Amino acid sequence: MSALLDVENLRVSFPTRSGVVEAVRGVSFTLGRERLGIVGESGSGKSQTGRAILGLTPPHATVTADRLVFDGTDLLAASEKERRTLRGKRIAMVLQDPKFSLNPVMRIGEQIMETLAAHGRGSGAEARRRTLAMLEAVQIRDPERVFNLYPHEVSGGMGQRAMIAMMLVAEPDMLIADEPTSALDVTVQLQVLSILDKLVAERGMGLIFVSHDLRLVSSFCDRVLVMYAGRVVEEIAADRLHQSQHPYTQGLLNCLPKLGQSRHPLPVLDRKPEWAA
Amino acid sequence: MALAGSATAGGRRRARLRSTAMAIARFLVVVALTYLGLLAVTFFIGRVIPVDPVLAIVGDRAPSHVVERVREELGLNLPLYQQFVIYVGKALTGDFGISVLTSNPVMTDIRRVFPATLELATLGTLIGAFLGVPLGVLAAVRRGSFLDQVVRVIGLVGYSVPIFWLGLMALLVFYARLGWVEGPGRIDVVYEYTVTPVTGILLLDTAMQGEWEAFRNVFGHLILPASLLGYFSMAYISRMTRSFMLTELGQEYVVAARAKGLSERTIIWRHALRNALVPLVTVIALSYANLLEGSVLTETVFSWPGLGLYITDSLQNADMNAVLGGTIVVGSVFIGLNLLSDLLYRVLDPRTRAR
Repeated sequence: MSALLDVENLRVSFPTRSGVVEAVRGVSFTLGRERLGIVGESGSGKSQTGRAILGLTPPHATVTADRLVFDGTDLLAASEKERRTLRGKRIAMVLQDPKFSLNPVMRIGEQIMETLAAHGRGSGAEARRRTLAMLEAVQIRDPERVFNLYPHEVSGGMGQRAMIAMMLVAEPDMLIADEPTSALDVTVQLQVLSILDKLVAERGMGLIFVSHDLRLVSSFCDRVLVMYAGRVVEEIAADRLHQSQHPYTQGLLNCLPKLGQSRHPLPVLDRKPEWAA
Repeated sequence: MALAGSATAGGRRRARLRSTAMAIARFLVVVALTYLGLLAVTFFIGRVIPVDPVLAIVGDRAPSHVVERVREELGLNLPLYQQFVIYVGKALTGDFGISVLTSNPVMTDIRRVFPATLELATLGTLIGAFLGVPLGVLAAVRRGSFLDQVVRVIGLVGYSVPIFWLGLMALLVFYARLGWVEGPGRIDVVYEYTVTPVTGILLLDTAMQGEWEAFRNVFGHLILPASLLGYFSMAYISRMTRSFMLTELGQEYVVAARAKGLSERTIIWRHALRNALVPLVTVIALSYANLLEGSVLTETVFSWPGLGLYITDSLQNADMNAVLGGTIVVGSVFIGLNLLSDLLYRVLDPRTRAR
């Protein structure tokens, strides 16, 4: 399997008043047309890894890598214009909360059509037809109606499906899903996940699934990267998670609640400085 | 199926129309109540201030029977609530009494002076908004750059330099030294009687009557004070635009728009600015209302026969009818602009539309 994305020694650092903070410190992995999960607690650098691949790191931050190649294109050497052409068309991203990630003053249909227009994939009637088809593909039953709604007029689950439609309508090869279900109700989470799963499988896309929910990631992905303090501490196949070697991964697993078992005292996650070294 | 679809669409449209009609009705009630409150306040002020309107008319040496007669003529011997009812009734028909100073009905005076202020304030606000908004946007986008610093200094000068000083300096440079613009006043005496006042807005009047020479003259008079007022409102508008834009550019939907591959230009002007415009409407409306009050200092420096000068002159001559009439006009302007910005809110932000 040829690699879609090849990341080697990726580093993202932010200058702050108290010195340079390294959010991502030497992350390496490759991704084919598969589903890769990145797990970690808040501030472990998982989101910044995704954003660096898309080129959405804030301008004051520095991104370096030995290799950052997407399908033969060296992302670090590419111009801003080339990277913009890749965004949306070949690599897309689903964000966490549709309440904030959809523009509140634009109709949903308009926002989806905009993705097509940005990449010259038809305008007018053709773009509208494709948008409606995409809304149907994310299992919105009444696409004509939702097309004309504003983001505040739909539920969280519906909003997130619109978000997925907006990001997949230009048929990218790779999708970065940054906590796509964390802001949703538990009952809606599974629905949205199964839609995402189906679309990714049907279209043969590569998926990077960023989440703090280890169990969700292990049931949904083929492979899991566990991140801690900006580093990958363990890479493991999702179905072999219970055989994990690293104490941090074991600690995360141990934190999961178990049915029919009272746990006193609750297990506390170990954070050893040498793991971050 | 298609039939059912169109029927529900029609129903939705009707429902939306009904909700809009309801909102307008609700708003009119609010406006009426606000207006009544405004009249009550001006009425009250007119009764408690230590200026006797009778004395102002007859002078302090008039015999007592004259004073009594004038008091009765003015209706000041009636109980207070009756006076108020009469006052409201007259105010609604635009009758604010006679100005002692000019011996014209106050309304006639206001019709003469308000267009002068309206013309100046409108052009000033247009200049302020059309320069201030783009400058604020660029300052926000290039935060910390040289341009951002320039906008900051412009804002600082606009906040801290007194307008009468800047006005005099501008006159000295552009009128006296360079001769680029016309001097104080609205129009040269030569042209004053070639134009028949229709709207009172001289740019419109001269243009409608094809008096292009007079039009140029009017514009030459107008441009300096309007630029000055425009500069001050630009200072305010650009600062506010910058801060609203910084808020919007930090939102998640901007990240999403970038992830879609939109160009920076589209993201800034179509996505972020469209959201920032919502609070900006209020800022611009308020700064417009501020200028419509009549900027006394500017009108004094430029001998501009506007509302600010009129109210100040009336105040100094204890001409209460004129002062209260002017106050009501200013209050109405505020109510009107509030109405307008509320309506624009509904146009710009779908979340504020009543469901």
